Amino acid sequence: MYPFNYHRPGSLADAVKLAGADEAKIMAGGMTLLPTMKQRLAAPSDIVDLNGLGLSGITVAAGKVTIGAMTRHADVAGSAELKKAIPALAELAGMIGDPMVRHRGTIGGSVANDDPAADYPSACLALGATIVTNMREIAADDFFVGLFETALQPGEIITKIIFPVPEKANYQKFRNPASRYAIVGVFVAKFAAGVRVAVTGAGSGGVFRQTDFEVALGKDFSAKAIEGIAQSADCLNSDIHADAAYRAHLIGVMARRAVDAAK
Amino acid sequence: MASVTLNVNGKSVTRGVDARTLLVEFLREHMRLTGTHVGCDTTQCGCCTVHVNGEAMKSCTLLAVAVDGATITTIEGLAKGQDLHPMQAAFREHHGLQCGFCTPGMIMSAVDMVRRKGTDLDDKTIREELEGNICRCTGYHNIVKAIHYGAEAMGKTGTAAE
Amino acid sequence: MSGTGIGARVLRKEDFRFITGKGQFTDDVNRYGQAHAVFLRSPHAHAEILGIKLDAARAMPGVIDIFTGDDLAADKIGGLICGWMIHSKDGTPMKAGAHPALAQGKVRYVGDHVAVIIAETQAQARDAMERIVVDYKVLKPGVSMADAVKSGAPVLHEVAPDNTVYNWALGDEAATQAAFAKAAHVTKLDLVNNRLVPNPMEPRAAVGDWDSGQDAFTLYTTSQNPHVARLVLSAFIGIAPEHKLRVIAPDVGGGFGSKIFIYAEETVCVWAAKKIGRPVKWVADRTEAFLSDAHGRDHVTHAEMALDASGKILGLRVKTQANLGAYLSTFSSSVPTYLYAPLLSGQYDIPAIYVEVDGLYTNTAPVDAYRGAGRPEATFVIERMVEVAAREVKQDPAEFRRRNFVRQFPHQTPVIMCYDAGDYDAALTKALEMSDYKNIGARKAESAKKGLLRGIGFSAYIEACGIAPSAAVGSLGAGVGLWESAEVRVNPVGTVEILTGSHSHGQGHETTFAQLVSERLGISIDNVSIVHGDTDKVQMGMGTYGSRSGAVGMSAISKALDKIEAKAKKVAGFVLEASPDDIEFKDGKFSVRGTDKEIDFASVALQAYIAHKFNGQELEPGLKESAFWDPTNFTFPAGVHICELEIDPATGVTRIDRWTAVDDFGNVINPMIVEGQVHGGIAQGVGQALLEGAVYDSSGQLVTASYMDYSMPRAGDLPSYDVGMTQTACPSNPLGIKGCGEAGAIAAPPAVMNAITDAIGHEGIAMPATPLALWRAIQKTAPRAAAE
Repeated sequence: MYPFNYHRPGSLADAVKLAGADEAKIMAGGMTLLPTMKQRLAAPSDIVDLNGLGLSGITVAAGKVTIGAMTRHADVAGSAELKKAIPALAELAGMIGDPMVRHRGTIGGSVANDDPAADYPSACLALGATIVTNMREIAADDFFVGLFETALQPGEIITKIIFPVPEKANYQKFRNPASRYAIVGVFVAKFAAGVRVAVTGAGSGGVFRQTDFEVALGKDFSAKAIEGIAQSADCLNSDIHADAAYRAHLIGVMARRAVDAAK
Repeated sequence: MASVTLNVNGKSVTRGVDARTLLVEFLREHMRLTGTHVGCDTTQCGCCTVHVNGEAMKSCTLLAVAVDGATITTIEGLAKGQDLHPMQAAFREHHGLQCGFCTPGMIMSAVDMVRRKGTDLDDKTIREELEGNICRCTGYHNIVKAIHYGAEAMGKTGTAAE
Repeated sequence: MSGTGIGARVLRKEDFRFITGKGQFTDDVNRYGQAHAVFLRSPHAHAEILGIKLDAARAMPGVIDIFTGDDLAADKIGGLICGWMIHSKDGTPMKAGAHPALAQGKVRYVGDHVAVIIAETQAQARDAMERIVVDYKVLKPGVSMADAVKSGAPVLHEVAPDNTVYNWALGDEAATQAAFAKAAHVTKLDLVNNRLVPNPMEPRAAVGDWDSGQDAFTLYTTSQNPHVARLVLSAFIGIAPEHKLRVIAPDVGGGFGSKIFIYAEETVCVWAAKKIGRPVKWVADRTEAFLSDAHGRDHVTHAEMALDASGKILGLRVKTQANLGAYLSTFSSSVPTYLYAPLLSGQYDIPAIYVEVDGLYTNTAPVDAYRGAGRPEATFVIERMVEVAAREVKQDPAEFRRRNFVRQFPHQTPVIMCYDAGDYDAALTKALEMSDYKNIGARKAESAKKGLLRGIGFSAYIEACGIAPSAAVGSLGAGVGLWESAEVRVNPVGTVEILTGSHSHGQGHETTFAQLVSERLGISIDNVSIVHGDTDKVQMGMGTYGSRSGAVGMSAISKALDKIEAKAKKVAGFVLEASPDDIEFKDGKFSVRGTDKEIDFASVALQAYIAHKFNGQELEPGLKESAFWDPTNFTFPAGVHICELEIDPATGVTRIDRWTAVDDFGNVINPMIVEGQVHGGIAQGVGQALLEGAVYDSSGQLVTASYMDYSMPRAGDLPSYDVGMTQTACPSNPLGIKGCGEAGAIAAPPAVMNAITDAIGHEGIAMPATPLALWRAIQKTAPRAAAE
């Protein structure tokens, strides 16, 4: 690691001020940032640690689940209220990394980092979540811009994420056998107003919605309804573990399994 | 230099450290607790697993300053003198280790697994929950067995409730 | 003493320190005043070094010194060596290119060593490393073997203008041709044995220390064979004469072959300790381990098998290209030759075999022994071949094997080895029972109902272990003898220290060796300590690899114990006033035959040291003996592994459902430890078959340089294993031991691949059979059952 100044502000206002420094980086759980820094791939001048701000906790009310940005994956996975409201989201959290990573990593950190193979972005997008920051509220559809790129402005910090409760939902993850990130992760959510399907791990531009599936499932929420719909391999990632054609195929398989398993 | 105070294995320690000091470096280099090992650079192998405020975490991916004030348990803090923790005893009893390098992290993960999942652990659960620990020697067969019986013993001895 | 003697499931004596965090690994060693080394590594697969600018780096805070290949040359420090001479079939010696510990003029793989930066802290050394400017002239690399042998391919070493280390052959070509001429059926197969990275969980590390008062060096390092390290560092590299160089391998966190070799980093650390007058420590991070630990396997093979009309094997013809990487590592030349080809007869009576092996240089990390070393590659060839041959002639693969098994011992194969003992039928029969083979059809139907493809695969492996008879390996080109030494020191109070040249890095020698002593001397294992891994304590020894510590290392101890017993009988004779010939030793007591006079072992030990009952002319005081054991033959562990698995055709994901292993390791000292070795070996073999593979891109960058890209087997990837044993004692050593350390890794890959090809119905899949590879393979063809 390169040297840096460490800060652990006690208030959001202080955090925002510190995060404004030129080469400052915000640290939530640090599960991605620290490995990157250890390999000297990032050289922040300042680390602004959000662990002194609170910002954690899960509340369920009026058809909405609100999760504080600093809520650990383990707490999301283990929340009894969430398991009742959106079991798919709790299950997804339980599939991130490994138990030790889940004790430290946070939902806000994951969403803000927007790793193209991370799990949470698919849930945010499929559930139509609202990402709340110190400055504004951003719809998930507008939030994820590209690879590791979000709508967040410099100095903008996620404080909580609000998820509408669907009728049913499910997340299916096909893990990279080495990193255990998603090669393909498909989150399917059925609302009264329609179905949303989001795919992570596969797209060369990051998480995306599979609208052909959404339309078909909107008419008939069954695995059969999307069986014949081809996912194009264009704009999908290709690496030693999965080429684009395989990813395209897996998107269909994972989506059908998610529909079957949705509850 | 930043001042870090930790309660490590029941003793309070304060050290002035560079902000980039990782918790594992704090333990190994500043406290000479060399039972916590480093086996990778990517937060995957789990050799460095310790308990931070009672939860298993990877000490290679935590800044010491960021856990200032925390209570840390390392492998050295698990036994009470010569009395092994039931999970340690189970690893020995069931030959759950060979070279011993991943073992401290395995045992710390296993104890945490019992805290989260209870004392009646089936093979499938144990294997899933070992996602974050890599062993190259044992083929995991005897680790899985050791954790199963170690969990059971923790239940019987009341260690699980601690 | 049956409780802790031979055959008992004794819990391990070494465990307490490991489960309490008190193991002492090399990274746990810290010397007063130590500095930290980091290595600047080549970012290019192939480049000339036109210049290195160090000034800016030298000016960085904390920097103590920086060295390059020029500094090693100026000190006349020799290059790293390859200790096994292989001759090509035309009689020319292998083409060994120079291998300086720090590059001199050229780099030949990504990760090659360019400079060492030594600073007060590791972070400072890294900071300084980034300020070094190297002027490279980048050359075209030959990354794959196909690239390396193309005409006009870039040349790695001038001594080998065609990038060929050797064109080696073994067997009778004419006899083999004749066998094929009369064949009723010929089975042909192209096989790739994928390149692996050993990945012991403890990365390599070294602490070099120099005592200015005595001009003597100490190297703490992660070695499987500290004496061999000392020998090479002293006699060939020229660090210091052996009596001025102490090598200590403390607790070592797994090796699997990768810690046999003498590498650049260890060499440089011990040399640099004198240069800077301070201890120098280096610890590899995992990416460095991926880049610079010797890799394993990496063969491309075409094989043909001739059968008669009844399915009897008449002959085998094998042509292999073996990737040796950019330099010849310590034992690399022997791995695809004498550790490979002599095992191609497998468990079968094959009248004629001919093998050609081309060893090639490529711009990749050196390739050397990895768990099994040559024998997994041979087993993969023969066991895939017999499975496919059986399928082609429509015979049951188990019965096809049985029909061709060697049944008479000793059995001289056409490829050097003379199998001394075995019962291959017994292992197969037991494995078929344990695996419930007779109901496989029903299980396949059950899987099919769920939309899954179930397959079963066999592997009837054999290996040559107990490496090795010195004269035999000497005649084949080995630069060293492969005996082992032991010293037994009985203390005056009757406790025993065993000093052994074997080295334990997970194998549990502190327990099994003590069990032998307990059995022989009738004392508790608690009164025995095993001393190993320190050249100042232990006389010359050869270390641990090739499943040799039981068969060779313990045989040396056994021989020394014979001497102890003989001497103790003399002492007892004086004490009991009887002729040594009348003294019997049993259950820890010496007694005079036909009388009730007796004395226990501890009392004899005391008498040996106080020497009150005999004078120095009659008998030397003391009770300490040493022995060297040089085996008379290799040992031949063998067995049958059966893998049963299910593949989800929708995703290509494989789940191993059952694993049956039946192994014949000869006599077993500690079944618990032996089973553990089998488990671990299987996991590495399954890793090779399903998950692992080192991938270089066309520019020579290692794509799989961390656990983010290289798939290490996790608990969830593996099944529990059903392990059984058969036993035929090994006739070539006093303990009847054959060795067990490599069996699983040798047996497993063909078992998995035979099961996978059974499930998918064709042979068009290579290791690792990842979900991607399997999904593609499944797209290609319908299952064989459906096609037929």
